[in-house]
Amino acid sequence: MSLWNKHAIFEKNSIILSVGILIVVAIGGLVEIGPLFYLKNTIETVGGVRPYTPLELEGRDIYVREGCYLCHSQMIRALRDEVERYGHYSLAAESKYDHPFQWGSKRTGPDIARIGGKYSDDWHRAHLNNPRAVVPGSVMPRYGFLADSPLDYRHVREKMKVLRVEGVPYTDEDIAQADADIKAQSSPDDTAAVDALDKRYPKAVAHAALGGAATPTEQDAVVAYLQMLGTTVDFKLYDEKANWR
Amino acid sequence: MVDHKHQDIDAATGTATTGHEWDGIKELNTPLPKWWLYVLYACMIWSVGYWILYPAIPLPGGETKGILGWSMRGAVTQDLADLQADRAPMVNELNKSTLQQIASDPKLAEFARAYGHSAFGVNCAPCHGANGQGSKGYPNLTADRWLWGGSLDQISATITHGARYGDPDGHQGDMPAWGAQGLSKQQIDDVANYVYSLSHKTTEDVSAGKKVFADNCTPCHGADAKGNPDMGAPNLTTRIWLYGGDKADLVQTITYGRGGHMPAWGAKLDPATIKSLTVYVHSLGGGQ
Repeated sequence: MSLWNKHAIFEKNSIILSVGILIVVAIGGLVEIGPLFYLKNTIETVGGVRPYTPLELEGRDIYVREGCYLCHSQMIRALRDEVERYGHYSLAAESKYDHPFQWGSKRTGPDIARIGGKYSDDWHRAHLNNPRAVVPGSVMPRYGFLADSPLDYRHVREKMKVLRVEGVPYTDEDIAQADADIKAQSSPDDTAAVDALDKRYPKAVAHAALGGAATPTEQDAVVAYLQMLGTTVDFKLYDEKANWR
Repeated sequence: MVDHKHQDIDAATGTATTGHEWDGIKELNTPLPKWWLYVLYACMIWSVGYWILYPAIPLPGGETKGILGWSMRGAVTQDLADLQADRAPMVNELNKSTLQQIASDPKLAEFARAYGHSAFGVNCAPCHGANGQGSKGYPNLTADRWLWGGSLDQISATITHGARYGDPDGHQGDMPAWGAQGLSKQQIDDVANYVYSLSHKTTEDVSAGKKVFADNCTPCHGADAKGNPDMGAPNLTTRIWLYGGDKADLVQTITYGRGGHMPAWGAKLDPATIKSLTVYVHSLGGGQ
């Protein structure tokens, strides 16, 4: 027991105590902070992942505003039953442009990491307006008001600039064209504008705004966001074995 | 401070004290329970073994891999391969057999229904309901009425190619928006009355609507209004309605048109799953 008694040396000498504290905190810092500088090597190299289009970005902000993450996760874990139900497990690369990520930790509703393209736009609208209309046992609140709220995207450029500082590769052109891209993505009939959008954001899907309106509603933005979730990675080109961990 | 060479033993409990004394009150220094201490030591030794065997410590060049070479993603890949191997005999059987063979072989049909039921829950239930009962705009699959036909082959085609979903082999064609196609409000009202009279007893004179129907609606819905599954035109003489059957609903349908979307599942699901879904949906009660 004699070694344990040496703590008296620390307790009786404030300088030695301070140095001791410093050493312990430094070790803790090294272990906890150090790995954060090497986060890049946890992100898989995959093709297809792209930044959100301005409309999807606005939809995502509404998703966060309404607290959807409190009941829906966006993280398919590498477990058999999850992969069977939801599809390929989520990759780190798929949320590399999320600030903050929406992985969530609670599933009152299902995981929606791969909801994109699974249902029609009409289904999403009916479901947002009244979840019970399509899923009788659902406990999700109604979000019908989203369809009545015109999308306020005055600040979309500033948002994109901030995200660029955080590492999302928006170009100057992307930011300059943000308003045009929002309009293009909510009017699929304007093929020239949609093509320009597709060039900037490959595989972006244009969704007819509700009732063909000129200004998209908040619901349109949320639907655009939901319909792209989990759709960007082409798993045929993904080297699965190289990314086993 | 404590002088452990001269431990002070509390007379009443026989336990050592910390040696601190405040106005004659001493603090017992009760040792940790032995079992607890040994569990702690065992955990420490376990963790060293874990670090060696499993991925553990993040380093600049990637984490330590551990000598077992285990990885969570590798494990789930193996799990899924095992699952596939487990199902392989029956799934191969499904792949080889035609829909009719599956439906007539009791053992295969039972497997297909179970397999299809689980796939239905994941992929189809959000629109068609957990039991296939449907809801407004989403067809009921348990009734003996089919927009696109209810035979095994027709159901399979609908599941594989969908409806109005960009698949060239999928079902196409909308109900036009007659409000924008030249029918007046009066004509729409008349034809709605006529259609309503096909499934309800009515004393109203519907001859005006009958004429509008004959001029505009018969190419798809047929002269007898019994519909045409090749065009997805519903039978209008029953009281089964996809978008509601009271007059207001009918007027809305005729004025603005209809055309629901069903995804083309052939792009997402493998053939065995689609066959199973077909047999399952066929068995829900409405199969023809």
